[in-house]
Amino acid sequence: MAYLLELRKVTKRFGGLVAVNRVDFTLEPGRIVSIIGPNGAGKTTLFNLITGIYKLDEGEILFEGRSLVGLRPDQITARGIARTFQNIRLFGNMTVMENILVGMHTRFRANPVDILFRTPRFRGEERQLREEALQLIRFVGLRASPDELAKNLPYGEQRKVELARALAARPKLILLDEPTAGMNPQETVETTRLIRRLRDELGITVILIEHQMRVVMGISERVTVLDYGEKIAEGAPEEVRRNPRVIEAYLGRGVAMGAVAG
Amino acid sequence: MIRAKAVEWIAQIRNGRSVYLVGVLGYIVAALLLMNWLGQPGMRAVAWYPLISALAFAAFLGSLLVIYYAPLSGALKALLSLTFLLILLPTLGVRNTFLLEIATQAGIFAAMAIGLNIVVGFAGLLDLGYVAFYAVGAYLWAIFGSPQANIAFGTNRFPLEPEWFFLFLFLAVGVAALTGILLGLPVLRLRGDYLAIVTLAFGEVIRVIVNNLDKPINLTNGPQGIRPVQRPPLFFKPWLHALGIRLDDPTLYALYFYFLVLLVIGFAIWLARRLENSWVGRAWTAIREDELAAQAMGIPLVRMKLAAFATGASFAGAMGMIFAAKQYFINPESFTFMESIGILVMVIVGGMGSIPGSIVGAVLLTILNLQILKGLSQMLNALRQAGVVIPLINFPLSQWPTQLDPAKYERLVFGILLVLMMILRPQGLIPERRHRLELAEAMGREEELERLPVEEELPPVVPTPEVKPARD
Repeated sequence: MAYLLELRKVTKRFGGLVAVNRVDFTLEPGRIVSIIGPNGAGKTTLFNLITGIYKLDEGEILFEGRSLVGLRPDQITARGIARTFQNIRLFGNMTVMENILVGMHTRFRANPVDILFRTPRFRGEERQLREEALQLIRFVGLRASPDELAKNLPYGEQRKVELARALAARPKLILLDEPTAGMNPQETVETTRLIRRLRDELGITVILIEHQMRVVMGISERVTVLDYGEKIAEGAPEEVRRNPRVIEAYLGRGVAMGAVAG
Repeated sequence: MIRAKAVEWIAQIRNGRSVYLVGVLGYIVAALLLMNWLGQPGMRAVAWYPLISALAFAAFLGSLLVIYYAPLSGALKALLSLTFLLILLPTLGVRNTFLLEIATQAGIFAAMAIGLNIVVGFAGLLDLGYVAFYAVGAYLWAIFGSPQANIAFGTNRFPLEPEWFFLFLFLAVGVAALTGILLGLPVLRLRGDYLAIVTLAFGEVIRVIVNNLDKPINLTNGPQGIRPVQRPPLFFKPWLHALGIRLDDPTLYALYFYFLVLLVIGFAIWLARRLENSWVGRAWTAIREDELAAQAMGIPLVRMKLAAFATGASFAGAMGMIFAAKQYFINPESFTFMESIGILVMVIVGGMGSIPGSIVGAVLLTILNLQILKGLSQMLNALRQAGVVIPLINFPLSQWPTQLDPAKYERLVFGILLVLMMILRPQGLIPERRHRLELAEAMGREEELERLPVEEELPPVVPTPEVKPARD
């Protein structure tokens, strides 16, 4: 099966510090996989490399067989990769609806003439995409009004807006950076279900960065573990969980074999 | 359609809205009477005339604000505003062309404020050298619309006939936009403060260039400036004669420029509004809010920033050209850093990101600068000459140093205004639409909310699989 995403010997240095060290990674379409590791292991850096926010020092990143190296972040998004951020980065002074519409930026076709003269093409596009934005709002289970300013929403709702905004681009691959951070158990379960629906109903491939082991074990088909920028383990959730190197990375040497706290 | 509107108006009158209409009309009439009273011969000699007339004019122009905020139908507001702008103000102006001059200059600044608002308010790019584009437009027409081009190029084709004015207007827009892009390209990768510094420098560079471009070819005539600058033709003169209206040329020109500026402002508002409510405006706001996240949404930063720069620049270029034609004479003194700051203060005081805010800011600060400060200065002079002495400290006003003349307080006043606004009301006098939502809620103004675009109510939340898979 052809890989949707392929990372070959990807390396990123910040001065003397090697944040990501010759990491290999492959991903078939239609999977949900997780990347885990202690803080500072290089997980978000990896996301930033894939989405073009950081430049690669060595290695290659291929999406659908084409190289992403050297592309700007907006070009990479246009290719079909969307992401959410660890610390929510919503457009606070814009409404929920506007945030999602911005997420659809790559799909707007109206040109300046259409905009200035409010041609049927412009009006039709706005109407259609706003309709779709409302559908997305319902899909992620957002309870707030679409006209609410994003900065006024409670944390859980903001996370949903971020997700809806990422989905708005109709991506093929979505990178979720700690989607359940700061959530209570009920919200976590809701989010987990939602992530599964992304794959099952929308056909989106998902890469998750997660700390909550419950989530990781619950929905990942495969888990990749990073520590100090290197891949130290990869495989089915149960295998990885029992891997002594993984346990050591999280808890230090000498801890008895057992489940990684979740 | 008309029948429906009539029914609507009658319904409005029935449920008491006529009260507001009466109130608005009352205000306008009162303001007119005040202006009329002040316009009497002999009033000008009174000591406090400059200051009071400035405040009165501000109050008169405030009618537009009163119309804007009154809970009346959109059509009624449009009718009232147009009547005010197209009939009332010009009629007043014909009797006192100074007022027309103020209004026109305020209008020029308003159009520029709307342009700068696109750069600073929508896209969040701090441009401190906006005057550069103003200068480009002004000098473009000044050179080719006067004998200057002959001096520069050794031809005798110039000045261009007045009929070329409108064609050149489009050219000025294009050249200014091009200048905006050329400036933007190397500079827009810079962030915040650095962008501000470089744009400030560019504004100064343009001023120094026009100040020194009298050698090797005399393109701008250096610090002496260019005169006379051609004015557009008074094509409507024969029509007015036919109607029996006879006014002298200066008055006609004053009126002409007033209406021209109104036209351009109308166009500027139309353009800015349409862009604001499209993916372009949303992309600009996203860039302003969070550049990184905006990029992650697929927004090409450089291209969108250049577009904002070029659009803003084109407004300034057009107004620069109109300014040059109106003034009949330009020199580098009109294009200093203070002008850039002036427009910026107008945008900030009025409300960043808000189109009506930019207009209010421009009118307020123009009146402040051209009328109030000047009026205070005139009053001071009058008091000085009358030998007035401040009691208690026994200080004769004739000894008030010229450096402290109120006309020179512009920088001080603008600075204080800026600081006060940032502390007390950073969103400006008329906040942008999104903030107005918040404010309206906070103040319980449901009517205001009703008129903002509202999406349908959400059905009870049961996530339904309505969105189709992404695979094509």
